[in-house]
Amino acid sequence: MSVSLLHIIALCLLGAGLVLSVVRFMLGPTTPDRVVAADTLSILITAGLVWLAHLLDSQIYLAIALVYGALAFVGTVALARAIEGGRS
Amino acid sequence: MTVAGDLFLLLGAAFACLGALGLIRMPDVYNRLQAGTKSVTLGTMAILIGIGLHHPDWWSNLLIIAILVLFTNPVGSASIARASLLAGVRPWRVDRDSARQLPSADGGDA
Repeated sequence: MSVSLLHIIALCLLGAGLVLSVVRFMLGPTTPDRVVAADTLSILITAGLVWLAHLLDSQIYLAIALVYGALAFVGTVALARAIEGGRS
Repeated sequence: MTVAGDLFLLLGAAFACLGALGLIRMPDVYNRLQAGTKSVTLGTMAILIGIGLHHPDWWSNLLIIAILVLFTNPVGSASIARASLLAGVRPWRVDRDSARQLPSADGGDA
């Protein structure tokens, strides 16, 4: 495992993306804003898990990323159904 | 090969960061959905290509993850958009008063 400078800069950019979407999740004015932020956060975490598989050099994290992506999709659709049925 | 993988990883992380920045900057739920979904999907694809250039023997798992993201991400985004439209969120528009205030807000004389 060799970590280059380009790699460190890219990791910092991904971390900045995670922090920005957490900020939108905390101060989103309405509930759909928070659901959008949670959706973006789940996709970023999937990409981060794939990156973690590269950093730790083990293939099991790819399976974890696959299962996490599928469960995050189910959660997003469930949240969308909930806010749709809640007010109309 | 490793340098190309690092460049793809940098590109993907930059697109992910820009998508999250659009999530902060955009004025509306629908605009935020647009920025947060399209750009982050492109960034995730670039990150997967970069990891695939680093480890060429992982291509089957990476292909399955890429297909999963490419299928589920637009479906989830469209579902959120439909739900927020049905929940009564109005699309953002520039009305006349705030359009008159925009040049002074951008001019920096405040």
